[in-house]
Amino acid sequence: MSSDLLERLRARLADEGRESAFAHGLLAVPLPREALLDTVKLLKQEFGFDLFLDVTAVDWPGRDPRFDVVCHFYSTRDHVRVRLKMGVPEADPVVDSLVPLYGSAAFMERECHDMYGIRFRGNEDLRPILLYEGFQGHPLRKDYPKDREQPLVRYRE
Amino acid sequence: MSHDHEKTGAFEYLTTRKDELVGWARKFSLFPYPFVTACCAMEFMSVSSTMYDTDRFGAALPRFSPRQSDLLMVVGTVTHKQAPILKKVYEQMCEPKWVMAFGVCATSGGFYQNYAALQGIDKIIPVDVYIPGCPPRPESVIDGIMQLQEKIAGSSHPIISGKF
Repeated sequence: MSSDLLERLRARLADEGRESAFAHGLLAVPLPREALLDTVKLLKQEFGFDLFLDVTAVDWPGRDPRFDVVCHFYSTRDHVRVRLKMGVPEADPVVDSLVPLYGSAAFMERECHDMYGIRFRGNEDLRPILLYEGFQGHPLRKDYPKDREQPLVRYRE
Repeated sequence: MSHDHEKTGAFEYLTTRKDELVGWARKFSLFPYPFVTACCAMEFMSVSSTMYDTDRFGAALPRFSPRQSDLLMVVGTVTHKQAPILKKVYEQMCEPKWVMAFGVCATSGGFYQNYAALQGIDKIIPVDVYIPGCPPRPESVIDGIMQLQEKIAGSSHPIISGKF
């Protein structure tokens, strides 16, 4: 599935030298992380992608860069989606926050920080949202032992 | 032949053990506090409403304050983040109190073994009756309530010890 909007977006990105491809009915755009904010501004202000769906990450142990950070956007007028995907190295797991553009990004970035330890530059409130204060590590990283528990209450004898 | 004591057929006296009497009274007046965290809630609604009707066992009226209840029904998965809340609710209940682990998650963590799930509420609070199932059938829950009733009826009740 494609639409006029996605075709125009694809041509526009090609003008800027960015490859993109249709996958599962949406337009998938690999990006260097430095280009995130400019691309999202383009999506929001010129192409009408008014809904920020989610930001999450993918852990590829042994790969460099180790993480992919993935953002999805939706246009409520044209009913189409766009995916942005950025490689992020383990040593410096930082991408720009989207809070200035989409307020809803704040909570989703907190979740992504909980689970993968990705930091979002510009989001000042990265307190745990699903986890709790004092939790060590990031449980959706592949090197987190799958049965490691961090109880808050002392167990009965 | 005359009798001082005229037989009327009225229920005038019975002999019983005090523990048995209080146990019999208590087992039909359970006030559950539903600590409902997950999908077992659907089965809890089913078993407590008209179709299966836990009111037949005197255990229908949920109290939404732990201070007014004596049966803590833990219905669903308890996470490590939620464990301190469960512990606090349990501690706020007055004696005598009983705890029911409703479904496999409350019993043992069920199929969750990861960073989030508590591996059974008996790690943090004592449990009187475990009900298996994911979710349990209403019949299992009723069986669990009846087993708990037997336990209550058969145990000693300290309010009648001593001077009474």
